[in-house]
Amino acid sequence: MPEITTAHYVMLSAALFSIGTIGVLTRRNVVIILMSIELILNAVNINLVAFSNQLMNMSGQAFAVFVIVDAAAEAAVGLGIIIALFRNKETVNADEIDLMKW
Amino acid sequence: MPESILNGLFFYVLAVVILGGAIMTITRRNAVHSAIWLVVTLMGVAGLYLHLNAEFLAAVQILVYIGGIMVLFLFVIMLVNLDEAAKQRQFNRQWSLALICTLVVLVEFGFFLMRGAGSFAFAEPGQGALKPNTELMAVALFQDYLLPFEIASLLLLVAILGAVLMAKKEI
Amino acid sequence: MNFLESIWLIPLFPAAGALIMLLFGKKLPNKIVSIICPGSVLISFIFALGAVMQLSGLAERRYEKILYTWLPSAGFHMANGDMSRIGADWGFLLDPLSSVMVLVVTGVGFLIHVYSVGYMGHEGGYYRFFGYLNLFMFSMLTLVLGNNYLLLFVGWEGVGLCSYLLIGFYFHKKSAGDAGKKAFVVNRIGDGGFVLGMFLILATFGTLRFTSVTEQAASGHFSIGDPVFTLIALGLFVGAMGKSAQFPLYVWLPDAMEGPTPVSALIHAATMVTAGVYMIARSNVLYTLSPDAMAVVASVGAFTALFAATIGIAQNDIKKVLAYSTVSQLGYMVLACGVGAFGAGIFHLMTHAFFKALLFLGAGSVIHALSGEQDLYKMGALKNKIPVTYGTFMVASLAIIGLPPFAGFFSKDEILWLTWNSSVGISWLLWMIGFITAGLTACYIWRLVFLAFFGKSRVDHHVEHHIHESPKSMTIPLIVLAVLSAIGGWIGWPAALGGSNRLEHWLEPVFEPSHHILAAGGHAAELAASHAQEYMFMGLSVAVACFGVFLAYYFFLKNPAASESLATNFSGIHRVLQNKYYVDEFYNKYLVEGFCKGGGNALWRFDSSVIDGGVNGSAWLTRLFSRASIWWDTWVIDGFVRASAFAVRVLSYPVRLLQTGLVQGSALFILFGILIFMSYFLLG
Repeated sequence: MPEITTAHYVMLSAALFSIGTIGVLTRRNVVIILMSIELILNAVNINLVAFSNQLMNMSGQAFAVFVIVDAAAEAAVGLGIIIALFRNKETVNADEIDLMKW
Repeated sequence: MPESILNGLFFYVLAVVILGGAIMTITRRNAVHSAIWLVVTLMGVAGLYLHLNAEFLAAVQILVYIGGIMVLFLFVIMLVNLDEAAKQRQFNRQWSLALICTLVVLVEFGFFLMRGAGSFAFAEPGQGALKPNTELMAVALFQDYLLPFEIASLLLLVAILGAVLMAKKEI
Repeated sequence: MNFLESIWLIPLFPAAGALIMLLFGKKLPNKIVSIICPGSVLISFIFALGAVMQLSGLAERRYEKILYTWLPSAGFHMANGDMSRIGADWGFLLDPLSSVMVLVVTGVGFLIHVYSVGYMGHEGGYYRFFGYLNLFMFSMLTLVLGNNYLLLFVGWEGVGLCSYLLIGFYFHKKSAGDAGKKAFVVNRIGDGGFVLGMFLILATFGTLRFTSVTEQAASGHFSIGDPVFTLIALGLFVGAMGKSAQFPLYVWLPDAMEGPTPVSALIHAATMVTAGVYMIARSNVLYTLSPDAMAVVASVGAFTALFAATIGIAQNDIKKVLAYSTVSQLGYMVLACGVGAFGAGIFHLMTHAFFKALLFLGAGSVIHALSGEQDLYKMGALKNKIPVTYGTFMVASLAIIGLPPFAGFFSKDEILWLTWNSSVGISWLLWMIGFITAGLTACYIWRLVFLAFFGKSRVDHHVEHHIHESPKSMTIPLIVLAVLSAIGGWIGWPAALGGSNRLEHWLEPVFEPSHHILAAGGHAAELAASHAQEYMFMGLSVAVACFGVFLAYYFFLKNPAASESLATNFSGIHRVLQNKYYVDEFYNKYLVEGFCKGGGNALWRFDSSVIDGGVNGSAWLTRLFSRASIWWDTWVIDGFVRASAFAVRVLSYPVRLLQTGLVQGSALFILFGILIFMSYFLLG
């Protein structure tokens, strides 16, 4: 079995990112779209931590912390938006919301 | 068992957990199930952090993500009536196109890395230290990245206000 | 001060007065109106007097001031083929003739303005009356001071307008309005002739300026009897017939008495109606060159004099008698012009202005005293009740019948004397008519005097109590005019009586060219007659006047029954006279009605076929064009708009598909972007 290199981690990250992207692009339920965004952010974090490990540098991990903070903020605001949306439009389906059209 | 084999085994098991959890997350009809599979994925990622000498991050991942953000998700799922949505179509009309495109991108990404094995190399392994991890993290956050750290705290504050504003029934 | 330089100001003072009255008069109190309007005329009179004084000092006794060319125009071909240009100037000419006129107009005009202050004091439209009166003064002064025929015509029409406005001053009375219209229409007939005459002058001489026309006509290039002069003279005379109320266009003047009495005095006795005589005198050279026209003028004048005098005898309205008397006296003046005695005509014009204005103002005073009564048979025995009016009226009556030494004697006698001696073939007949008319004049005027002032009072009882002498503003002009009527004739004291006839000498420069023409043509009147003969004529006319007075005395004062029996015995003649020879009825029946009916029919036909046809045709054309326009609009303009809209729609279709408004669609595009970039790097 070959040694596990940073490339493996990057590949894993890419796969996770792709799955997240697929979720964002295909699901109708906005809650699950938000979850997919969390997957994407985690893919980013994996990358950051993997390179931090390779370079023996703490910056990557520090940035990962920031990304987690960002994810928390995003989740809070995004879920607030979902609640407001549901209250006003009685739906959580992304393709029923086309206010940007006009 | 040699350490490298153990390392590989560990990595592949976690990769399967992460990717499988992720796939289950985006395919579940019930949002609660999705959330639980997402927890699985995040746990996998936390394990990966441990493997990558980031114990502090692993702890943060479990505490903040699984303990905080995911609970938030579950609350919202409870607040929003998703029974109706669960009975409807789960994927939108562009799903096939999006799937193909994403897979193409993924393949191209893999192709990059394959070629990279020969034509471009990652940087040489660094000489710094990652241990003691928590101590070094404290140095990084409170010395090197103090200003971004403060900005991040401000961002959180704004996010809290925004979330309250959004969720409030009447402004 | 150089008054000659500023003669152009003379008409402008009354014009300013008129402007003020007609713009702001309504708001001005009567006191201010009665200062401004007579005042403006007084200033004009002073300026005129000054200008005439200075004129008498000039060697040539002619002063022309041209302010600017008022009607510059393109050249035109004269009758003889030469090119000429019309250039009507706004120019003024002061020579002996216009100086007499301007003094009479401003002088008498001022007195009548003063009189009007009293007479019109209780009437509505006080400011309007004075505004019109001042406008009239402006027009009349333009008429007499203008240096060319066109400017004269401007004044001519201006006085016609004012005459119309003032006759119809009591416009709520239908008869007044009708009289105004009648005057206007009849005068337009005359104006037609005047305009034709003016065009002929233009075509013949290429100018309208009096001095140039006179100069060219008297230059000797034209022979006496040239038909063009007959045409010009007759054309101008038609105008004079209208303005100076000669037969057959006199009919408007008696009706014009509907206007206020000062208007009758000023416009329809003293000034405006003499404009025709002035114009003939002004054109004396043209008339002298055409003996035929002269004969016509003389005959018409003489006939009018007699004709009007006979009507005057049978009228019972005090103002109507005076109106016919005016027509008759105008006939005298025209007769004088017709026999070549232009100076005598102007002389009579002047004296007539005095005594006829006085007669009218006196009649106005009588009417005023009797609260508006105009019927002679409702007057009588007024001599003690209104003494000033009576006295001045007597003076005027003596003046008009030609009793020496009153003014009328000198002028009328000169006319009769010169008529007898004229070169016109029927001079004895003309003299005879004039002579009889003199007797008739004495008769009808004294009939008026006897009926109004003597005998028994026939005044209505309720009027009787109110009889009163007129206010000072009315009596003072009467007295001034009485003095002028008494002594005004002395200016023309004939040589036969040891005088020098200063007026004739004063006017000499104006009529000199005519005398030269006559002398050159051998037509000069033989004035070699002896003084004895002249005395004889004087005696005859005084005698006939006295006879007329005696007739009036016998029939209307001493033995009124005799006049009634005369009227019944000759009822036919009496009726004809009382109805003014039925001339008005004749005109109505054959001219007015015929014209109205025939003209109305023709106009109706013209209206329905041509005007309506034009209207309908244009409507049809409009419809046609609008149809075409609709087609063009629908298919071309709209089509263009629609086509461009369609093109935009078609082109926008694919772009519209991209704009779904769905977030995930936009995210997919981002992914496309990533895909394309990565493919680019991989393949590149």
